Amino acid sequence: MVTRNVSLWYGEKQALFEVSLDVAERQVTALIGPSGCGKSTFLRCLNRMNDVIEGVRIEGEIRLDGEDVYDRSVDVVQLRARVGMVFQKPNPFPKSIYENVAYGPRIHGLAAGKADMDDVVEASLRGAGLFEEVKDRLEAPGNSLSGGQQQRLCIARAIAVSPEVILMDEPCSALDPIATAHIEELIDELRRNFTIVIVTHNMQQAARVSQSTAFFHLGKLIEYDDTDRIFTNPKESMTQDYITGRFG
Amino acid sequence: MATDHIVKSYDEHIALLTRKILEMGGMVEQQIARAIEALVNRSVDQANQVIEQDDQIDRMEEEIDQFAIRLLATRQPMAGDLRLIAMAMKISNDLERIGDYATNIAKRCERLAQEQPIKPLYAIPRMAQIAQAMIKDILDAYVERDADKAITVWHRDDEVDDMFTSLFRELLTYMMEDARNISACIDLIFVAKNLERIGDHTTNIAEKIHYIIHGERINRMPSSV
Repeated sequence: MVTRNVSLWYGEKQALFEVSLDVAERQVTALIGPSGCGKSTFLRCLNRMNDVIEGVRIEGEIRLDGEDVYDRSVDVVQLRARVGMVFQKPNPFPKSIYENVAYGPRIHGLAAGKADMDDVVEASLRGAGLFEEVKDRLEAPGNSLSGGQQQRLCIARAIAVSPEVILMDEPCSALDPIATAHIEELIDELRRNFTIVIVTHNMQQAARVSQSTAFFHLGKLIEYDDTDRIFTNPKESMTQDYITGRFG
Repeated sequence: MATDHIVKSYDEHIALLTRKILEMGGMVEQQIARAIEALVNRSVDQANQVIEQDDQIDRMEEEIDQFAIRLLATRQPMAGDLRLIAMAMKISNDLERIGDYATNIAKRCERLAQEQPIKPLYAIPRMAQIAQAMIKDILDAYVERDADKAITVWHRDDEVDDMFTSLFRELLTYMMEDARNISACIDLIFVAKNLERIGDHTTNIAEKIHYIIHGERINRMPSSV
């Protein structure tokens, strides 16, 4: 994914200032920065989640495989199948574990018949590292799972429609350290097949899971570099001050 | 690294780490001075004091390591802080080695006190002075976070190396002149070699200071300064 000079306004207030950033394929890109810096806003631009917010105006270019995602001809539902999303709080549908995963493939017509759907559900749950834990209770409600399991269920739901990119908005902030470790392990697995963009407030997590890191401040992209570089020797003093806990 | 951390105790702990390194560096510097003094005065007592003092330097290194590990665990430092804390562990290790070399010199004193005095002893105190000055300057560079000063010290090591080479040649001629000089000359060669190694470890510290400040190694091909 490629973004060029992306600016965004919530009504009168400008929240993003000409952000240009190339998201590398099959890598994890972390977006970090203090609250209100625009990182989540930017993330939501990538699959047009901001469209539903009233008074939002976006300028600039966002391309997925060379295709402008804001083009009039783009079907937003199709776009979100290609660019999936996982949110801060696990938000399974009030349905069974099975149905949570089957929903996407069904509306997108990705499974031919029950047996095929069973395979998709199993593969997705396996991909999210959840299958072994839930295989005997696929009909149980999704929200009967623990927080960490629910989050992995949401990841299974996202990967069930075979997206190219998965956006994660603070996927671990509501989870305990063990559940967080499971998700981080999963992210490491997922990046073999998917491109991942993750917003996180946990800097150590960004350092651990990502290969590239972008630091945002007041709606501007301050620095974007290899993760190793950002966390050991950033070029910008503002990045250094933020990641070492000197302002926020 | 001009601004302060949001958490004040983090700044205090980093300052404390710096003070511990300085304290250890000061002790090491003094050990060299005393070892050379013992050598010049042919004093076994003074030499023994140096040898006894070495334990304290070893303990200091342990203390710095433990403190740095605690900071790594509790603060999960990043960028400049991470470099500073990680390098404190390596610098304390260099200082500990320098302390060992001072002790080695003191141990040679005991043997040398039994031997006939050899003429060129003045060259060794001169070499020791430079090594000591390098340590003093490197500690200043460390506390002032002054990479240029560190590089200056780094280049000064050439001087110590040159002195070692010429001293070695000189002692070789004494040994050829009179076989009875051999034992004392060999001891002096070891003393000079220890001083030369002290210079090397001081340049290691210079490299670490450069890394703390710039996040990059000193270019190992020295320019003609």
